[in-house]
Amino acid sequence: MARIKLAGGSIVREVIKNKVLFLMLLPVIVYFIIFHYAVMPGAYVAFVDYKLNKGIFGSNFIGLKNFEFLVQNGDLWNITKNTLLYNIVFLALGNIIQIVFAIMLSEISGKWFKKVSQSVILLPNFISMVIVGVFAYNIFNFNSGFINTMLTGMGLDRYEFYSDPGIWKYIIVAFKIWAGTGYGMIVYLATITGINHDLYEAAYMDGATTWQRIRYMTLPILKPTFILLLLFGMGGILKGSFDLFYNLIGTNSVLYPQTDIIDTYVFRSLVGQFNFSMGAAVGFYQSLFGLILVLVVNFIVRKVEPDSALF
Amino acid sequence: METQKIKQDSGSIIIKTISYVCITIFSLFCLFPFALMISSSFMNEQEIVREGYKLLPKEFSFKAYEMLFNNSTQLINAYQVTIFITVVGTVLGLFMMSMAGFVLNRKDFKYRNFFSFLIYFTTLFSGGLIPTYILMVKHLDLKDSLFAMILPGVVGAWSIFLMRNFMKAIPDSLYESATIDGAGDFRIYWRIFIPLAVPSLATIGLFSALGFWNEWYNGMLYMDSPTKYPLQYFLQRMVNQTNLGALINSGAVINTADLPTQSIKMATAVLATGPIILLYPFVQRYFVTGLTIGAVKG
Repeated sequence: MARIKLAGGSIVREVIKNKVLFLMLLPVIVYFIIFHYAVMPGAYVAFVDYKLNKGIFGSNFIGLKNFEFLVQNGDLWNITKNTLLYNIVFLALGNIIQIVFAIMLSEISGKWFKKVSQSVILLPNFISMVIVGVFAYNIFNFNSGFINTMLTGMGLDRYEFYSDPGIWKYIIVAFKIWAGTGYGMIVYLATITGINHDLYEAAYMDGATTWQRIRYMTLPILKPTFILLLLFGMGGILKGSFDLFYNLIGTNSVLYPQTDIIDTYVFRSLVGQFNFSMGAAVGFYQSLFGLILVLVVNFIVRKVEPDSALF
Repeated sequence: METQKIKQDSGSIIIKTISYVCITIFSLFCLFPFALMISSSFMNEQEIVREGYKLLPKEFSFKAYEMLFNNSTQLINAYQVTIFITVVGTVLGLFMMSMAGFVLNRKDFKYRNFFSFLIYFTTLFSGGLIPTYILMVKHLDLKDSLFAMILPGVVGAWSIFLMRNFMKAIPDSLYESATIDGAGDFRIYWRIFIPLAVPSLATIGLFSALGFWNEWYNGMLYMDSPTKYPLQYFLQRMVNQTNLGALINSGAVINTADLPTQSIKMATAVLATGPIILLYPFVQRYFVTGLTIGAVKG
């Protein structure tokens, strides 16, 4: 009887009853309210002509003018295109390479070799992108970079990497794959190791070759994981890897046409030009489309594989 | 049957060989930049200027490290800042997140779904960089405060869910019997939950510590005084700066012409990476478990 009464009781009564639990949850909730929810109304800055002294809500409302300007000068299209293309390549190529390496690693029998190579391939995942930037400098720098050392050593001319926008597409992708392979490889490897060993043994008894086993057993088993990771990756396809891009490209504007993404653009509008409204407009566009994409992707996942949907 | 068996073996040998070769090559690729960075940091400045960075220098020189250790005020500062934010951020984060994970895992906590969604929603939509910057600087007055580097990374939605999911395995009867024995909720958390949660605390703590150790972005955005730069941001400034003398130590008298400009950048990078590389073999095991569990969605 008392239980039924409580279930229908007010929030206040619930709080009093579980006050310790509420108190324990409080720090995290306050954190999310301040650092996430309090920030959301600030997206309004995208619709005003922001003046530092007037604040976000004191500045003049100008509607969609910021967005109009971004569309007209072509910036929005260029950074959207770059962000999308980079992320598609990262996702597709990255996942394929991770799967290939996971399968290769699972085929190897040497325990010691397996352990060491796994650790080594995972290593790039732990260093900061600043260090990756140092690596790039170490390798591609005009005067003393490793590649130019090799070129001059062979009697060839130095190559100026830092003024050739075309080549950075490949360097960025290479570093992204380099840094991310270990992580994904282990995720896929965990799925492969989770496969019932009896299945493989049965296939072996039936005379399946290693290649047939990979082709008809391992790959189909990895397919759902691959598709899911790809789909969820689609949700974040407008989010850039600011860390990577900024540390490789920095403020080298020569390279922007091929390397500018939404996040680097927003960042520049904040620190370089103090154009808060324009940057916020791009940021809002990114967040809104990101949300819509996640919802659409989740809808698709729920249709295809209800158990794997996020919500 | 006999021929088939032979065929099968030769096919598997080919695949094995290809696997060994490819993995070896890729592993070397993963190690190469580290090796190049380390050997470059020991290079003689004249050789770098003349011939560039190399994997195998003609002669080894400790000049860059000598210079760094003799004028180390800024570097030590940066180390202190990084260690401070790593320790405070990780401990604070673990405490907050484990309490939240504990509460959200309690089936008798009525609003757990509501609060879970409140936390989860922030991974879907965010206000964006510029409103965040305005909040931090104008309203919270965190410009040039070390907390500007700690607070944004202290709590992560996924880590909370990871913590909660880890603990789903604990039978509720354990809580119930503790309650009957007269233990309060906090006492149950501290004496029962925490000891059982050590593996998940270790995994999430390591991830969190790594995040703070590699922190440079908020340092760049919010820190004005060079004494408050974290290690990675200090390194980044150093690599991008041509006039290193000013950055190494403003107080000491340095003959700038003598400065091993190129090798000192790499030596700083080695010192900024060092601790992670040294700890890596010990923590790697936890990370692998963390990665595998983390991949299974919250």
